Amino acid sequence: MRDLVLLGDEALALGAMHAGLSAAYGYPGTPSTEIIEFLQRQQGTGGQETSFIASWCANEKTAYEAAVGASLAGRRALVTMKHVGLNVAADPFINSALLDIHGGLVLAVADDPGMHSSQNEQDSRFFADYARVPCFEPRNQEEAYAMTLEAFEVSERFHLPVMVRLTTRLAHSRAVVRVGEAKPPRPLDKSANPTGWILLPNLARRNWERLLKAQESLRQYSEGSPYNALTLSPSDRELGVITTGLGCNYYEENLEELASNRGHPSHLHIGVYPVPAAKVRALAAHVRRVLVIEEGYPLVERQLRGLLATPVAVEGKENGAIPASGELTPDNVRPALGLPERPGLAYSGPALPGRPPQLCAGCPHRDTFEALNLALTGYERKLVTSDIGCYTLGFLPPHQAIETCLCMGASVGMARGAAEAGLHPVVATIGDSTFLHSGMTGLVDAVASRANLTLIIMDNSTTAMTGTQPTILPSARFPELIRGLGVDPAHIRVINPLKRHTEENARILLEEIEHRGPSVVIALRECIQTLKKKSRLEATE
Amino acid sequence: MKYDVILAGVGGQGVLSVAACIAAGALKAGLKVRQSEVHGMAQRGGAVQAHLRLADRPISSDLVPRGSADMVLGMDPLESLRFLSYLSPGGVLVTATEPFDNIPDYPPAAELLEAIRRLPRHRLVDAGAIAREAGSARAANMVLVGAAAAFLPLERAHLEKAIAEMFAGKGQEVVAVNLKAFAAGQDGRP
Repeated sequence: MRDLVLLGDEALALGAMHAGLSAAYGYPGTPSTEIIEFLQRQQGTGGQETSFIASWCANEKTAYEAAVGASLAGRRALVTMKHVGLNVAADPFINSALLDIHGGLVLAVADDPGMHSSQNEQDSRFFADYARVPCFEPRNQEEAYAMTLEAFEVSERFHLPVMVRLTTRLAHSRAVVRVGEAKPPRPLDKSANPTGWILLPNLARRNWERLLKAQESLRQYSEGSPYNALTLSPSDRELGVITTGLGCNYYEENLEELASNRGHPSHLHIGVYPVPAAKVRALAAHVRRVLVIEEGYPLVERQLRGLLATPVAVEGKENGAIPASGELTPDNVRPALGLPERPGLAYSGPALPGRPPQLCAGCPHRDTFEALNLALTGYERKLVTSDIGCYTLGFLPPHQAIETCLCMGASVGMARGAAEAGLHPVVATIGDSTFLHSGMTGLVDAVASRANLTLIIMDNSTTAMTGTQPTILPSARFPELIRGLGVDPAHIRVINPLKRHTEENARILLEEIEHRGPSVVIALRECIQTLKKKSRLEATE
Repeated sequence: MKYDVILAGVGGQGVLSVAACIAAGALKAGLKVRQSEVHGMAQRGGAVQAHLRLADRPISSDLVPRGSADMVLGMDPLESLRFLSYLSPGGVLVTATEPFDNIPDYPPAAELLEAIRRLPRHRLVDAGAIAREAGSARAANMVLVGAAAAFLPLERAHLEKAIAEMFAGKGQEVVAVNLKAFAAGQDGRP
């Protein structure tokens, strides 16, 4: 046993490593990125426990599929993504619940309640529930480590994919974790079940029956798990509190004060799903009022409410006792516990303006946006769509160059639809990594329909927003890739987004905007952050 | 014993290194530690904050409750004041005085410093100037660790050891400059 200081993400990664991991696949996304990054740092540092693969993929769907392939081969595989990435991987994820999972398959997904760096705060536990697979929800770094170890066991025991759900505060908090020894990786052992991996309807129906039957075993497992701990208070028949994930930490933070006011309430903490129904019923039978404190959407609360009235009052996000949006804090759970607001020091002084993030000084996107703004001067029915990455900040002053941000790759599809609806000019802006993630397919549509749009690939040769992970293809390959997708080579242009080239770049953009049909302009200049990192490295060498 | 710190600043100022350094010192002192960071978008010249909790017993929440921080430790006066509601009535605000002015509506620095001087417990440090005197403007964050040291429930030796280990990979010269910055921060004079 050793004590290590780890981020929640890192503790999860180490749990996977110690479970005998053979392969980890993922796509970068805050707050999940550090899982693969940690594994990549450990890779090949000694012994067979570091001989695993840890690889960034084109997108979350391809990552998930690679992990399923490893499972078929009998290996333990981890796949990582942020919550919205699971929308992209939802197809293989939901369907893989009908497969006969062989080597342990664990999906680590990091949610972002409060939207620190995301476009929504969807709750991945609903996806686990929807797919009818088990889900672990660690409440601290120690549990992130231990639950991931157990998730691999559960996956192989029930032949199902298993989710481990993190949220931002755990993913990005550090604490000491006591860790054990690594198990050896699983040997190559192809699944011997010929019908376990083919979802032809007649086989899928059989597998669906198997999955439905497995629900009872999963519930029994969850009822017996020490991660679902029920404490009935003999003296208090009034209040029962159900917590999940980090909700428990904020409850405990206030418990001393609460207990001194009214004694200890009964408490059920849920750390592993499906919801342990018998324990919930035991709690409900003991009290008159149940308060649910859960990080995310009201999943447990809704299951509790059911369809019929019960003698137990249920409080939580649905009735406003707990805020329905944003992340939980030690403070916003207090009113529901009957505790007063804690006053801090009062501020008196000038107004304190916000400090939003902005594109770095020297960022190539700045010069691309300036050239684009110049090129579009004078057009009235224009549209500039954009996408997920640093360049989304181009919406803010001083550039105010883009108008949309929906999801990965949407800039291209939306541009096609808007162009066909009659807008002109329509320009889509997307980064190199996001283009490979899911912009390419939209471009194929645009080529096939000869949509009148101009796509600017803002190629800074990295996935910058999440901390400069390498893009899976080098920039030099982009022109041939785009030719291969069917764009007329005469309308694939490469520009160098530097301030001194702004007028020339605007002229090239204008030429392509005026071309009827799809055109692509690659604005190619390295990210200022990776450039700085390189020159620092060279200086120390 | 518990000691809660809110750290505040702007992306690139080394706020997370300040948190990591104090956390490492606290672990050397045998304390329990939880340290929560904000990554991602906030790194791009936006506001950055971290919650750091030290205690001699288990700590439940990664987040510091409002009105109960023992210290707000800031690399910029505006960012420090932003978290005043977290400070307990007996808490101390320690901040670098030099404004990091990358927004169009940054308030007059003198008014911010005046607001800080009205607080019951505060310490203003000209971290930039002290760091330049110590040999590197980039060591301003270690000046701030020095300025905080007098209030933290840690021995200086623990913090010095943490600093030495943190910069060991960058060579003895960098270690020496940062230790000098730390010492100068304790004195509060260039």
